Amino acid sequence: MTQAIKGAALEIVDLTKSFGPQTILQDLQLSIAAGEFVAIVGRSGCGKSTLLRLIAGLERPTRGGILINGEPVQQLSSHVRMMFQDSRLLLWKRVLENVGLGLRGDWEPKAMWALEQVGLADRAHDWIAVLSGGQRQRVALARALVSQPRLLLLDEPLGALDALTRIEMQRLIETLWQEQQFTTLLITHDVEEAVALADRVILLESGTIALDLTIPLSRPRNRGDVAYASLIKSLLERLLNHDSRSISRSPNRTFSYSG
Amino acid sequence: MYHRFKQRPLEQLLPWAVPVLLIVIWQVCAQIGWLSSRVLPAPTAVIQAAIQLASTGELVRNVYVSAVRALIGFAIGGVIGFAFGLLNGTFRVFEQLFDTSIQMLRNIPHLALIPLVILWFGIGDQGRIFLVAIGVLFPIYINTFHGIRTVDQGLLEMGRVYGLRPWELFWQIILPSALPSILVGVRFALGIMWLTLIVAETIAADSGIGYMAMNAREFLQTDVVVFSILLYALLGKLADAIARLLEARLLQWHPSYQTT
Repeated sequence: MTQAIKGAALEIVDLTKSFGPQTILQDLQLSIAAGEFVAIVGRSGCGKSTLLRLIAGLERPTRGGILINGEPVQQLSSHVRMMFQDSRLLLWKRVLENVGLGLRGDWEPKAMWALEQVGLADRAHDWIAVLSGGQRQRVALARALVSQPRLLLLDEPLGALDALTRIEMQRLIETLWQEQQFTTLLITHDVEEAVALADRVILLESGTIALDLTIPLSRPRNRGDVAYASLIKSLLERLLNHDSRSISRSPNRTFSYSG
Repeated sequence: MYHRFKQRPLEQLLPWAVPVLLIVIWQVCAQIGWLSSRVLPAPTAVIQAAIQLASTGELVRNVYVSAVRALIGFAIGGVIGFAFGLLNGTFRVFEQLFDTSIQMLRNIPHLALIPLVILWFGIGDQGRIFLVAIGVLFPIYINTFHGIRTVDQGLLEMGRVYGLRPWELFWQIILPSALPSILVGVRFALGIMWLTLIVAETIAADSGIGYMAMNAREFLQTDVVVFSILLYALLGKLADAIARLLEARLLQWHPSYQTT
């Protein structure tokens, strides 16, 4: 059951998405190799969540397209699983039934296997209401992994967790990704999390890719490492500086154009 | 629920002190003749009346007749209210088609229909069942509708991402998350069910608890009248207890029903 699953390659071509007059994503080009771990960072409202929803098939692009293993995304696919910031577990089902949601046939051994992967096998028959926030996200992770997806989409899944639990979850996700080799796309606003986990960090700014940075650090990554710290620092500066420039520049612009 | 286990015996008995005292005072007043038995017969007389009614089989027959009317009316009204709640909550078209009409009908006090109902159905069972059904329909409709409408859209989206079919979305996500609200409607409806039946049986009936009370009034049997009123209180309490049991059973997962 634990045999390696081939990850899916992702190809995004000229992707544009607009809601009415507002353009969220503009001619986005991105290709992600099978089994790669890519983090997308950006300020809120930069379009990163929309991008993930497009890849999941929850939204239709205005122009352009997305190919998963060469096949265009038309609708929701069983090879793609998504994990949300709020765990979105069903309170009226026990842990095991939540993990097995949507599985057909003999689902219980599979769900149990997935629970073992996240270290919660002993909580299989508990109600969701008695679990802590971190445990709930682990159940949500098990639910995402149970169907052995080839592409895992993580929409800020650790945003609401405390610092220690977050580091634990990051390690768990990294380990499972290494074992099962699914392609992973992580959305986060935490630059450190992106550098800790990803092969590549992509900076999304007002609907376009502003930076595509390969993280050359070997795994397991050492958070005390100098190279690690300087990467985080330069990424953060890039994020903040660009923003402060655009703020200070905009009034000038108005003056020069109106004058 | 939980704190009740920690109470000491004395604290558990305390709530019953006032009712017991009142009954004792009532008994004493009746015995020394301060209370005419025309106004209020002694508690012992009420108990005697109960035993007498039970021994002739009259009691069982009337309770049975009333309970059957109540349940049939509840079933009919409940099913119709639930069905409209589901349809209107799920499909926008049905809501636009029916909701305004239902809201208009809801604001008519259903007991105001009694003269019309007697004209339509005479004093037969259909009329009473009709009234109970109308009374029960609206609380169940409103709470079902509200429960379905307030389902978390995030959960529905998750269900679609995880490959649930529309029918599975309904059974596994929509219905369970609407259930707490639906059960509130059921409890409301049970109260209205008894109220409606009492009024309907008192005005026009030839059997049932209400008939028993009205019949006794004509013969000035105050003890039977008082007993009939107590009987309604008991049956109402029983219905509420069953509803609570149902909630505790069906909502085990809900944080407010968990004792551990």
